[in-house]
Amino acid sequence: MSFALHIDNLDFRYNDRPVFSGFNLAMERGRHHLLLGPSGSGKTSLLNLICGFATPNSGIISVAGARMTGLSERQRDALRRDHIGVVFQTLRLVSALDVLGNLRLAAKLAGVRPDDAHIAELLDRLGLVHKLHAYPRTLSQGEAQRAAIARALVSCPGLLIADEPTSALDNANMEKVAQLLLDTAEQTGATLLVATHDERLTPYFDAAVRLEGAPA
Amino acid sequence: MIGLALAYLCDRAFTTALNILLLAIASAMLMLLVQFGTQLSENLQRGTANIDLVVGAKGSPLQLILSSIYHVDEPTGNIPLSAMKRLQHDPGVASLTPLALGDNFDGYRIVGTDQSFLSLYGAGIAQGRSFSAPSEAVMGATVARNTGAKLGQKFVGSHGLAESEGEEHEHAPLTVTGILTPTGTVADRLILTSVETVWDVHGIEHHHEHGSGHEGDTHDEHEHAHHHDHEEEPHGREGLQPEVTALLIRYRNAAAALRLPSMINRQTEMQAASPATESARFIALFGAAFEGAKLFGWLLAATGGLAIFVALLGMARSREGDLALLRVMGANRLQLFATILFEGLITSGAGAMLGLLVTHGLMVLAQSAFPAIAEMGISPFRLLPMEAGIVIAMLAIGALAALIPAICVYRGNLSNLLASL
Repeated sequence: MSFALHIDNLDFRYNDRPVFSGFNLAMERGRHHLLLGPSGSGKTSLLNLICGFATPNSGIISVAGARMTGLSERQRDALRRDHIGVVFQTLRLVSALDVLGNLRLAAKLAGVRPDDAHIAELLDRLGLVHKLHAYPRTLSQGEAQRAAIARALVSCPGLLIADEPTSALDNANMEKVAQLLLDTAEQTGATLLVATHDERLTPYFDAAVRLEGAPA
Repeated sequence: MIGLALAYLCDRAFTTALNILLLAIASAMLMLLVQFGTQLSENLQRGTANIDLVVGAKGSPLQLILSSIYHVDEPTGNIPLSAMKRLQHDPGVASLTPLALGDNFDGYRIVGTDQSFLSLYGAGIAQGRSFSAPSEAVMGATVARNTGAKLGQKFVGSHGLAESEGEEHEHAPLTVTGILTPTGTVADRLILTSVETVWDVHGIEHHHEHGSGHEGDTHDEHEHAHHHDHEEEPHGREGLQPEVTALLIRYRNAAAALRLPSMINRQTEMQAASPATESARFIALFGAAFEGAKLFGWLLAATGGLAIFVALLGMARSREGDLALLRVMGANRLQLFATILFEGLITSGAGAMLGLLVTHGLMVLAQSAFPAIAEMGISPFRLLPMEAGIVIAMLAIGALAALIPAICVYRGNLSNLLASL
């Protein structure tokens, strides 16, 4: 079976407190998961571990079949760059660059030659092509969110991670964002992992993993 | 990452512009000091290379040197022709070049002298021939270029050493017989003619005794309209005696250096001034001011560096989220370090280049506003190696200012990155 993300028997302590102990997770390619849990339940710690910013005390994390654990920082950077796209809660578009510049930068950093036609097509799919040269400060919250999703997808990552994408949204907008993430992941062939405490998202996903461990 | 650094700099354009301006002012100040200090010093040394002693009327020795060698000040007065003759026969004198000043054309000084003047300044004839007969003149390369003078053209000198100072000598036009090769010395900005021509223009009667402009002539054989066949010095129409303004002397031997100046200063009504001594005194006079201004310039540069440091440090803190995001997107630590470093380098580089432009722009303006700058042979278009040194120093200041913020970013705690987003 082919996994986009595989976590096996993960142990992780933060400030000498156990956050994960014997944690397991297997995400098949193309299946979309929710990582559910209240604030402080370890969602951010898990995302740090998946992205290679933190190293577990023991256990194995594999992304797209490659082990993240045991790699040097440079190797972890490369693995993350090649296989993972992240949409942050705060969106964090680079304010000094327009939308096109943000996507070009993401492509460059991912080691992909920026292709303006591909970027325009991606933005068109997200209904944002008319904002190609707009700066982040001129975008609405919804537009900025779509731009952030486009940026995470510009290098065609196999695993798309979204951190609390709907926490501040009303039902209608929550549904829009969830559908947008799922549709985009389907269209690009990415596997979607959404870390959230928003239970409203549960019906939209193939599976939900609940975290109720000690706070990170 | 250079593109990103540029984008960040443009994003806070006002702060960036202020930092660039601060460094540009510091660079320009240092470059101006280097330009004026170097060119002035070089020209002073070049101008005195072949001249051991200047003899002229009593007064300020520095004024005598400035007026006789660099042609930037008023002469101290005139000296009698008999003095020149005495020195010509002194065994310690290898060569003696007379100068007769008093007129200008378009602000360029007309110098009555003889052919030895050309060898003193290493000048050759580029076009035509040198002056020989009365009313003939050769023009320095700069004079010819700026006035558009051609061979055979006549021109009228004006009384006084500066443009529009005195009346024109319309009764005694001069003819251009030659144009000098460029020398990079004051000779480029002079018009040379014979001493007799200067006397003629001023209506001073004389007979050709000293051979100015008549090398090879036997003076007894040379007949001239103004010839007075008697032993005493001739007198002009209005009782004016033929005089010269100064004498440029080369020693025959080292002993002359000890004897001649003191002899002239003690036993005659003239003064003898050493160009080397006076030039050194002149440079020393400005040296302290130059050093003080340089120190101020470097302080300004350090302030500029500090401003970049403060801006980048503040920026590195406020941009933690952005930098974390870049790490998530695939940037490694070195790329983030380089982005911050580039911001420092671009800011300081832009400041230094703007400073370079301002320096040479100001020199062009200064040259047109103050002709003395051109007369001192200071070129606004000359680039000096020291200027490249200042640009490199500014880049180093920018890099140094960016180093600590860049290190902070480089050593950022990655385990908390996602939490900050």
